Amino acid sequence: MTSLSPISNRRRRTNRLAKALLAGGTALALVPLAAIVYYLVSKGVGALSLHFFTSDPSGRFFGDAGGVRSAILGTIEIVGLATAIAVPFGIGVALYLVEYGKQRRFANAVRYFIDVMTGVPSIVFGLFIYIVLILTGEFGGFAGWKGSAALALLMMPIVTRSAEVVLNLVPAGLREAALALGAPRWRVIARIVLPTALPGLVTGSLLAIARGAGETTPLLFTATIVKATTFDLSSQMNSLPAQIFDDVRKAQNKLVDRAWGAALTLVVMILLLTLLARMISRRSRLA
Amino acid sequence: MEAGTLRPGGGRLRLQRSPFARLPDRVLRWSLTCLAAAILALIAFFFIRLYIEAQPAFSRFGVFGFTFTNNWDVAGAHFGALPLLVGTLITAATALIIGVPIAIAAALYITELCPARLKTPLTMMVELLAAVPSVVYGLWGVFVLIPKLRPLEHWFAQTFSFIPFVGGDVPGPNYFIAGLILAIMIVPIVSAISREVMATVPIDHKEAALALGATRWEMIRTAVLPYSRAGISGAAMLGLGRALGETIAVTLVIGNAPVIGKTIFAQGYTLAAVIANEFGEAASDKLHRAALIAAGLVLFVLTLIVNALARRYVVRAERAGRRIVPQGMAG
Repeated sequence: MTSLSPISNRRRRTNRLAKALLAGGTALALVPLAAIVYYLVSKGVGALSLHFFTSDPSGRFFGDAGGVRSAILGTIEIVGLATAIAVPFGIGVALYLVEYGKQRRFANAVRYFIDVMTGVPSIVFGLFIYIVLILTGEFGGFAGWKGSAALALLMMPIVTRSAEVVLNLVPAGLREAALALGAPRWRVIARIVLPTALPGLVTGSLLAIARGAGETTPLLFTATIVKATTFDLSSQMNSLPAQIFDDVRKAQNKLVDRAWGAALTLVVMILLLTLLARMISRRSRLA
Repeated sequence: MEAGTLRPGGGRLRLQRSPFARLPDRVLRWSLTCLAAAILALIAFFFIRLYIEAQPAFSRFGVFGFTFTNNWDVAGAHFGALPLLVGTLITAATALIIGVPIAIAAALYITELCPARLKTPLTMMVELLAAVPSVVYGLWGVFVLIPKLRPLEHWFAQTFSFIPFVGGDVPGPNYFIAGLILAIMIVPIVSAISREVMATVPIDHKEAALALGATRWEMIRTAVLPYSRAGISGAAMLGLGRALGETIAVTLVIGNAPVIGKTIFAQGYTLAAVIANEFGEAASDKLHRAALIAAGLVLFVLTLIVNALARRYVVRAERAGRRIVPQGMAG
């Protein structure tokens, strides 16, 4: 029996080169992450203080520029309302697709347009809400809830897509067992399908919230930036991304410092949501 | 509900639910269907309203004239979106050229080469890039990337000025910086989808290649890449769709000059950036506002086309992944 011919040097070299290139590419992909984290922490931590979290931006050019309280609260309020719209709506559409629509032509059309909506740039959603809710003049000017509406449009397809995947994972046997015991369809959905899929649904919703919290563009056309804290969603509202955008454009040192602090706050908020989503999805019995 | 549950006599079967008990079922079914139908209605409404509001600009300059005239002059009330369109395409192309190879390399390394221990942390770290909001990338771009890269760009522009579209002055904000930031933003998207597609390559194909004596790289080249090519193209397209529509980060680092730059290091403008920047001042000027909405519509149509193409590729790749027999080799 002849021995196998060894791999030629040329092939060996190509292999080694290719492996090094792929590893190098991966390392390159992580450089910006390291750089962003480094600068966020090194420049952002200095801006954080009790005053930073407990005062509103003053808008004064000289003296105390104020903190970001109104921005943090505004983000929470706007995103909270957007979640309250997008999550039930999004899960409802996913329920239709999985439980009733299945492979019908209408269901496939809905699926297609959900995908289309995921690809629509956030600025187009902002423009749309501006045209429908502000330009017509019937609902007054800029307001927090209009920002929520724009964010909800953006978050809804994300919720639906992830919910559809999770609902499909619910074993058909569970549904059939419940139906065979005589449970009506709505009870099967309410008592069997939704509870089984719950952790996955929460995960998808949290990821959508994380996405919505970081969006700036739609808010520029709908909610704008004001200084004071407000709990009234029908008035103009501040938000973290909009605050950062405004501070960066003013390019004044202490405002830029505040922008770094606000950016760090925002990224930490989003990271916590993402981590929470991961922990819940790990607990899930389905995946 | 089912056929044959009614007796000829017309009475109800004992096991059949009363119409009243069936009511919640119907209500649920119809409300969920209406919800789904609302999506279609919403998108149609969306498109029509954008078109109506953009009408003043289109009727003044024509759809074609608006999109392809190289003159965006707010003071002169002339709006031709070509510089913005070109800026959008240049930055998106730069992002693809830089971002896609890196994303594919990362996906290949994570799925095929890296030690099992590193798999999860590497995946998570690449995906963390997607968790950073656009405005934070912009902030970082303005105050870190631009000053740090400027000497390098300057040196590059001087040394390689013989290459077309390279050379000249290097202002801080420019097309290249915007493209680079977009590249960073699309890497997690392209990488995640590529990884999913690569995971569908049948293990038999890979083992067959290795059994025939292929090295790791040859296995990747002959088994993994051909099989997942369609999916990777789709992933790149989705990245392109994201890059075209990205607003805030680009607005902060592109320089906002409504002209077609002569080099890759020139200042420019994109469709999305012009809307974000000029919207405040355009609120009272009807034509200007219509022009911005028209720019949004052009952007919308552009992303629709790109996403439709991407979807076709990705769906095809998913179908190929589901095939059990190795016909999929054709890729």
